[in-house]
Amino acid sequence: MLTVTGISKAYGAVQALDGVHLDLRPGEVVALMGDNGAGKSTLVKAIAGVVTPDAGTITVDGRPVRVATPRVAQALGVSTVYQDLALCENLDVVANLFLGAERRRWSVLSHLKMERTARDLLTSLDVRIKDIRVQVAALSGGQRQSVAIARALVGEPRLVILDEPTAALGVEQTAQVLSLIRRLRERGLAVLVISHNLADVCAVSDRVVVLRLGRNAGEFVTAEATQEDIVAAITGASS
Amino acid sequence: MSTDTLARKPFAPGGLLRRGDLGAWPVVGGLLAIAIVFGTLNEHFLSAENLTNLALQLAATGTISLGIIMVLLLGEIDLSAGSVSGLCAVVMTILYVKQGWNPMAAIAVALGAALAIGLLHGLMHTKLRMPSFVVTLAGLIGWQGLLLYLLGRGGTINLPFDGFVSRLSDTWLPPWLAWTLVAVLVGGYAAAGLIARRARMAAALPAAPLPWTVVKIAGLAVALAAAVAVLSADRGVPLLLVIFGALVVALDLVLRHTVFGRWMYAVGGNAEAARRAGINVTRIRVLAFVLASVLAGFGGILAASRLSAVNQASGGSDILLMAIAAAVIGGTSLFGGRGRPYAALLGILVIQSITNGMLLLNVDSSVRFMVTAGVLALAVAIDSMARRGNAR
Repeated sequence: MLTVTGISKAYGAVQALDGVHLDLRPGEVVALMGDNGAGKSTLVKAIAGVVTPDAGTITVDGRPVRVATPRVAQALGVSTVYQDLALCENLDVVANLFLGAERRRWSVLSHLKMERTARDLLTSLDVRIKDIRVQVAALSGGQRQSVAIARALVGEPRLVILDEPTAALGVEQTAQVLSLIRRLRERGLAVLVISHNLADVCAVSDRVVVLRLGRNAGEFVTAEATQEDIVAAITGASS
Repeated sequence: MSTDTLARKPFAPGGLLRRGDLGAWPVVGGLLAIAIVFGTLNEHFLSAENLTNLALQLAATGTISLGIIMVLLLGEIDLSAGSVSGLCAVVMTILYVKQGWNPMAAIAVALGAALAIGLLHGLMHTKLRMPSFVVTLAGLIGWQGLLLYLLGRGGTINLPFDGFVSRLSDTWLPPWLAWTLVAVLVGGYAAAGLIARRARMAAALPAAPLPWTVVKIAGLAVALAAAVAVLSADRGVPLLLVIFGALVVALDLVLRHTVFGRWMYAVGGNAEAARRAGINVTRIRVLAFVLASVLAGFGGILAASRLSAVNQASGGSDILLMAIAAAVIGGTSLFGGRGRPYAALLGILVIQSITNGMLLLNVDSSVRFMVTAGVLALAVAIDSMARRGNAR
């Protein structure tokens, strides 16, 4: 649904991205891997409208688009969950899910409508939170990650980008988040996961795209690749 | 997973305790303790006349405290509230007494001046990126200076005792009106509670058990009836208290049920998250400073009404610090994102009760300050202990 071709971006003398291409399809989880400084974040920011690339094109459904701001990206159906989650810990789960997109009549909040939609959304994602009116501060790390991901779905996006979704989580919570990612795929969404964790990537992704020093360094169908192949592409050992 | 595993009784008091959110209960407990201590030490403390005086004393500083809460919710501070309250009272008095304006027009212009001051503070904070502490510290000094300049040599301007402004604090609700007000408030609260409960049930959402809803309605009815019964035994319910109460309720409804209120809490909780969610953080911040200054200005007018005069000490001395202390004692967090307008009401009740009780006991103001400080420290300690239990 979204295709990136020949994207380049330089920060001063540093070439963060150099002619990178990426192809994302509905109902597919693509893992974006690479060492620190490989250009993963810059690529994601270019898709999310946070940075403007120097060269290259982004097409959505075959139509070239200019993603100038995060708003434009959202309007195109691209929703990003950043590593810091950007949740308001003093607000409850419902309020966080609808933050900035509150259902309202005039200026008055439609509490019930939001709470019902939130409950249905979380139930459909099988996110287990006992009381969705509890402050986010009282939730576990995995639950927070789940809330952040669920929030990305409120705007009914077609592509969800997850930045290091399992980095700060324990074993069981990681399993929860990974199964949540699978459920996004079942919903027919395109999912792009940035991760350092090879085990997680192999568990959840359909394809692995590896960046190295700002260039494409390999692309694997997860089921057919070995972890050694992927590591070799990340470190550059194969070439 | 079925939906009923999401269900929980959200209003159950046990749930609040489990969440580590003690809410207003420590303050209510503190108030009871104060009532018992001063009531036993001095039989006059709980008399109708003294409680009426207490009600009159808390309106002005309480209103300023409401404004303080608006900026505290964002994790900011407004040190200029005292000076702004004094300045507005002086502006109003000069227009009304010296220029012979209609009192309503004079009040409107004074509040307009407060609005402009708040706008200036907010823009300096957001556009020039000055810390709110510094902006409002400059305000504290500067607006005090303007107040002295406007008052000039005389230093004191009296308000006519039978004029509109002075009458504000010398108007008492006749018993029938007070009781009608109680009936309307309790009826409205009960209707809103029961309708909301039915709507939640209809939407298959977890609703509070009926007895708990009834207990809350009955609690409100008893509290309001007790207040009206006591106040009516003296001069009646003071209009000043009704104005302050209406402000508290109105602000609480705005904060809990409007998009603006939700965004205030969001910006106070995590400004960066709010910004990324598309909320205009700058606008919310400016609005908070405007609200703080306008409420401070209105509090200043109420204070002038009660004193029937403005002078060089208007809005000075410990008014600002008491307003901030009241907000904090009532349970507003200094770090933003937590607190409700009821904090102003509860906090100022605590502070004024202590002040009033100590004055009755003829205790020196040195001791009064130390006791108030102790209560403030205790309130903040309880708050941060509760929060530590909350955050895992």
